[in-house]
Amino acid sequence: MDLLVLILQGVIVAATPLVFASIGELVVERSGVLNLGVEGMMILGAIAGFAVTLGTESYFLGIIAAALAGAVAAMLFAFLTQVLLSNQVATGLALTIFGLGLSALIGQAYSGESATPLSKIHIPLISDIPFIGPVLFEHDPLVYLSVILVGGVYWFLNKTRAGLILRAVGENHDAAHAIGYGVIKVRFAALLFGGATAGIGGAYLSIVQTPLWVEDMTAGRGWIALAIVVFSAWRPGRALMGAYLFGGVTVIQLHVQGLGVDIDAQYLSMLPYLVTVLVMVVISHDKTRANLNAPACLGRPFFASS
Amino acid sequence: MKMNLRKLSVALALGLAMVASGGAQAQTKVGFVYVGPVGDHGWSYEHNQGRLAVEKEFGDKVKTTYVENVSEGPDAARVIQQLARAGNDIIFTTSFGFMNPTLQVAKRFPKVKFEHATGFKRAANVSTYSARFYEGRHVIGLIAGKMTKTNTVGYIASFPIPEVVRGINAAYLAAKSVNPAVKFKVVWVSTWFDPGKEADAAKALIDQGADVLMQHTDSPAAMQIAEKQGIFAFGQASDMKKFGPNAQLTSIIDDWAPYYIARVKAVMDGTWKSTDTWDGIGPGMVGIAEFSDKIPADVKAMAAKARDDIAAGKLHPFTGPINKQDGSPWLTAGQTAPDGDLAGMNFYVEGIEGSLPK
Repeated sequence: MDLLVLILQGVIVAATPLVFASIGELVVERSGVLNLGVEGMMILGAIAGFAVTLGTESYFLGIIAAALAGAVAAMLFAFLTQVLLSNQVATGLALTIFGLGLSALIGQAYSGESATPLSKIHIPLISDIPFIGPVLFEHDPLVYLSVILVGGVYWFLNKTRAGLILRAVGENHDAAHAIGYGVIKVRFAALLFGGATAGIGGAYLSIVQTPLWVEDMTAGRGWIALAIVVFSAWRPGRALMGAYLFGGVTVIQLHVQGLGVDIDAQYLSMLPYLVTVLVMVVISHDKTRANLNAPACLGRPFFASS
Repeated sequence: MKMNLRKLSVALALGLAMVASGGAQAQTKVGFVYVGPVGDHGWSYEHNQGRLAVEKEFGDKVKTTYVENVSEGPDAARVIQQLARAGNDIIFTTSFGFMNPTLQVAKRFPKVKFEHATGFKRAANVSTYSARFYEGRHVIGLIAGKMTKTNTVGYIASFPIPEVVRGINAAYLAAKSVNPAVKFKVVWVSTWFDPGKEADAAKALIDQGADVLMQHTDSPAAMQIAEKQGIFAFGQASDMKKFGPNAQLTSIIDDWAPYYIARVKAVMDGTWKSTDTWDGIGPGMVGIAEFSDKIPADVKAMAAKARDDIAAGKLHPFTGPINKQDGSPWLTAGQTAPDGDLAGMNFYVEGIEGSLPK
């Protein structure tokens, strides 16, 4: 029982950076922009968050800095793709490479430093409920923020007028433009949000999960976040599920090995990716439904000719 | 996606490398290929320290170039080839997975000298070099056996290659020799470098009762988790005390500098020959960091004695009788392991639980 509690806590920690990164990218893609620079924005958030937390000893400022770093990177992407109409795929890849390089450069001064991890919140009474308490209600504040964000995005996309406009822009930017919505403005805002959450996701790694800075420490999580968005069929609830599923399989396979279950480690390492592929196959077996879900203008440049 | 990114970043790095290496011709050009980032504080970091030592030793007479974060596989061949084409006289490829790409490229550039770390295939212009890390693993194994209270040592392993398997066996045999009840829990993470995953593995092992951690991966993440949870750990490749001032018992340190300097010198003098170097604690290629104050004096003395005996050649970590995991005999009483067996080690020794991934 105790081990199960620890495993589930581990799953939530492993999944949280993915929740942040994928929920932001989901909003971006819903507005019709494909930003492949998630990994780059995450790693910039990781170094900014770590550096500021270390310098000011304030996690709050560190997280703000991480969000800003991700947002600034996203603005660069937005300017290039929305104003200068550069290719979104190429620009996104470039943003990732740029982020990895720039973070390594900034990070030189911080490599070898170590921060105190963000402490967990203990909620009296609720945290003391056996099993459910420690699993669900004994985490650092960012875990709760990530779940609140997912709920907020769901509410925003489905229940608000602004969310409707954002979806309209993603589905048909020409029509949205024709009835007077600022397509570029909406997309800038979506990218800003996506950048900020990716930055926080990166900072979760560098100030909570492993409070240190090493180059390339996001190790591909940005790409996994992109996969989770597709996996979720662009729905916030499913993105949360996807992130927990991926984090869950990653952590559980490590425990399975430690318990000495006789399965080759390579199969276990494959598992998170296999599960992702499988679920994607299952979700998309109904072609019309899968296509309906993808924002129709995803990745298409918009130029207001009139 | 990941592959695309890697390719692009490799191409970018090469572009820069080529610009950077357009200097005078009298210089000896030395290329390095790293599997991780130089800032990993582990494996690649120490190779880069070796490169810096070469620069310091020869000053203007050498021009060094490095490409970091090169994935093991087809990308590696292209990176090595580009370095060869850019006029490097000697190229160090510093990960096991670069073995076949190195030989492939070496065939096409017979005048360029290649040095491949931790591999076992050589050619007229390809040397191999490695360190007997298992000697260090013996020393930390002794300490682990004495320090564990739960009799459970957690081991974070990367890939089931001889190098890693040797380390597990050496550490286990040493721990067992001082604590017959000790158990090793081995977790394979299938990566050399992923701090998040290494931390997850460390947490998993601790959750399952390990109170001493060893790692054969490159980042200090596990050390940090050990510090946070108040248990002990051993550093890997470099001194990781900064990440675990209370947790680190000691660390196995790779010191490539003397070898790199000697090999570059050989190229300059025209005396370079294809060789197979496998040095340990004795010649200084493997170092043991300062022992922690947390280790009781008698254990410290025992570990120090083992270290010195190994350095003097009086002690071999693999001395029989040793059986393989399935109970079949490997070494008879008093017999020491031949280097050939060690270089290709693909089995657990008796007593380790779980099966070795193939």
